[in-house]
Amino acid sequence: MKSLKAQHHRLSSSEEEIQILESNMPSFSGDRFVSELENSNLFPLKPTQIEILQINLGKMCNQVCKHCHVDAGPDRKEIMTRETMNECLEVIRNHHINTIDLTGGAPEMNPDFRWFVEQIRAISLEITIIVRCNLTIILANPKYHDLPEFFRKHKLEVASSLPYFTAMKTDSQRGDGVFDKSIKALKLLNEQGYGVEGSGLILNLVYNPSGAFMPAAQSGLEAEFKKRLSDKFDITFNSLFTITNLPISRFLEYLLRSNNYEGYMEKLIESYNPVAAAGVMCRTTISVGWDGYLYDCDFNQMLELKVTSEDSRHIRDWNQQSLTAREIIVKNHCFGCTAGAGSSCGGTTA
Amino acid sequence: MKTYYNPEDLKNFSKIGEFQKPLADKFFDYYGEVFAEGALTAREKSLIALAVAHAIQCPYCIDAYTTDTMEKGCDEEQMMEAVHVAAAIRGGASLVHATQMMNKVKEISM
Repeated sequence: MKSLKAQHHRLSSSEEEIQILESNMPSFSGDRFVSELENSNLFPLKPTQIEILQINLGKMCNQVCKHCHVDAGPDRKEIMTRETMNECLEVIRNHHINTIDLTGGAPEMNPDFRWFVEQIRAISLEITIIVRCNLTIILANPKYHDLPEFFRKHKLEVASSLPYFTAMKTDSQRGDGVFDKSIKALKLLNEQGYGVEGSGLILNLVYNPSGAFMPAAQSGLEAEFKKRLSDKFDITFNSLFTITNLPISRFLEYLLRSNNYEGYMEKLIESYNPVAAAGVMCRTTISVGWDGYLYDCDFNQMLELKVTSEDSRHIRDWNQQSLTAREIIVKNHCFGCTAGAGSSCGGTTA
Repeated sequence: MKTYYNPEDLKNFSKIGEFQKPLADKFFDYYGEVFAEGALTAREKSLIALAVAHAIQCPYCIDAYTTDTMEKGCDEEQMMEAVHVAAAIRGGASLVHATQMMNKVKEISM
């Protein structure tokens, strides 16, 4: 399967995506999300404090997941350079950031991934570094086989997608054979102590619904995942994060193609939760694109909606004061983060 | 009207109170409490509802509880097993009456 970009698909254009999100349905045309925030006294939406720097190391990935909001895949060549990484390090060195969240694509495919992690650790032993590892990358090539040891050495926190504890649902979303490889990779991580009680090495799993429906309640599903993975595969992990699929990129393409778009959007809107809206991740996060540009979140990054602070739109121009005072860009795709129990890269928010 | 069943009508279920509000309110309050977490989990209750929906062959209920069980984290295998429970009880309900037939046969046979 090719990325939407390689297919020259109309939804590889962020302008086209935004147009669809704003005009395709009478029940939420225009700025429906803005109206909801106004009713919740949250508009304009502002940051609380910048605690997390989520850095996209590139759009290249060994998988082509059907719901991917990045439209990542082997045919994507956008990769963060060492020069941009150095600019990120400068910000990490000079500002109080609690957490560095490394994502992609498969962030490990960036040739400077290990160098970058070592540089962050050289700055601080305390800072939390999360790697969003798709699991199969560990087995994709011998040069990646020692990634679990590398993660352990630098005390990275591992967050890995696993849509379900069976092959059928996992493979339907992430590709044939992904479940079996993911299980092997999870065993390798467990062998290093990841997800094992008392080790201090955190292994969290991420659940995305494999279709046009909302995620299950996080705590109940976590208990079910723990039991199934332990009973059948002897695998342990720390927490399960449930994440709602946002209607952009490949998931938007799926919704439109399968005639599920209208029903899905209605459900997101009906499920708007002001408590979840107050806790959205963009209030504590800055997302850095592979080319160094700054965004409110990973989703706004994919829609090419750069932060509104004009003097601080690139990592090299980082201005903490201006970024903290900025207005966060919100559009109808944001209903994905405010539905039900809320959704963020760290799971539910309400 | 081309068909007795229109999927869009499911969204209007909550509007039955337009014709008789007090009873509708009581029903939906009761409905909400029935499906809340209790001695059974909401997930278990959703699977029971899916099975019953098939037993009573209600298209609205099948539509609603297929989505609901998936949103409770169930997978296709679990959902189909629930439907087989309904089928087994329905089939068993017919077959268990065969004992009456057998009794009658024995009663009137030499």
